[in-house]
Amino acid sequence: MATDADEIFPQIERWRAQGHGVALATVVHTWGSSPRAAGSHLAVNERGEFVGSVSGGCIEGAVVTEALAVIGDGKPRTLEFGVSDEQAWEVGLACGGQVRVFVERFE
Amino acid sequence: MKWASYERLRQAIAAGASTAVVTRLGDGAQALFDGERWDDGLGLDAEQRAGVARMLVADRSGLLQGSEELFVRSYARAPRLIVVGAAHISQFLAPMAMLAGFEVVIIDPRRAFASPERFAGVKLVHRWPDEALADLKLDATSAVVTLTHDPKLDDPALIAALSSPAFYVGALGSKRTHAKRIERLTEAGLADKVGRIHAPVGLDLGGRSPREIAVSILAQVIQVRYRGALG
Repeated sequence: MATDADEIFPQIERWRAQGHGVALATVVHTWGSSPRAAGSHLAVNERGEFVGSVSGGCIEGAVVTEALAVIGDGKPRTLEFGVSDEQAWEVGLACGGQVRVFVERFE
Repeated sequence: MKWASYERLRQAIAAGASTAVVTRLGDGAQALFDGERWDDGLGLDAEQRAGVARMLVADRSGLLQGSEELFVRSYARAPRLIVVGAAHISQFLAPMAMLAGFEVVIIDPRRAFASPERFAGVKLVHRWPDEALADLKLDATSAVVTLTHDPKLDDPALIAALSSPAFYVGALGSKRTHAKRIERLTEAGLADKVGRIHAPVGLDLGGRSPREIAVSILAQVIQVRYRGALG
């Protein structure tokens, strides 16, 4: 388990082999003190099970919800979380940083 | 991501090739670069391709410079920790370093020490350190630690490591042991390089047990990786 990819890719392959729909969420940009750097991955299956992380745990729930929608319709989405975003008050980053997350479906 | 692209990425990583995936955020279209060849579904221009290559070498992920739309994910090869000596400390250092994200190799020609029973799941090389290190092709993402306490094994390893671009070289032993080691390596013609050796090895955390020394060595390797030799 030398890299983040080594950690989540085997799980993605197990889900694929079991016939699950799978989405991949990736931190693409951060501002301020975000806990996970650009490139951090969270993989989600259509049952809402997930592996990896895109924050310290504060936005994973919201990202999983969006990932289920992406698995449903196949349209990639770019999400933003942080202090300047209205969603921040609901699910925002406790540390005050901002983060942009891209979510795509495996096709 | 297309499963076909994902499989190419997995194969490239498995073959030890650092690989970048470029994603256009608007529609999810992608390009893949394995360090040599492009599989370009985006039609990137020469300048953009050069920018991606620079990010991959530096193991950086983020938006491509000058773009709000192209995201680069670098999947760089993991750093390596090469441990010379299948010592008691090594039995803790190897699994800890693997959890911390290093590829670990243990070199020790003494099979009784470097046995799969003592090092489950760790790559073991039963050769003399100078030969083994030459084969491993040390690079700037490699760290080398000698832990045998035996100059017959440690010295050839240190000579090979000091002649390489390895980002970290450390050697177990007291200040007195290290003073003698410096004399020997100076005689061997490495006077200008012995200053690169971290000795006594590890950050001074105060612990003296093998597992605590393993933590102090791993902490120092990570510190030097990000902060440089003066930490």
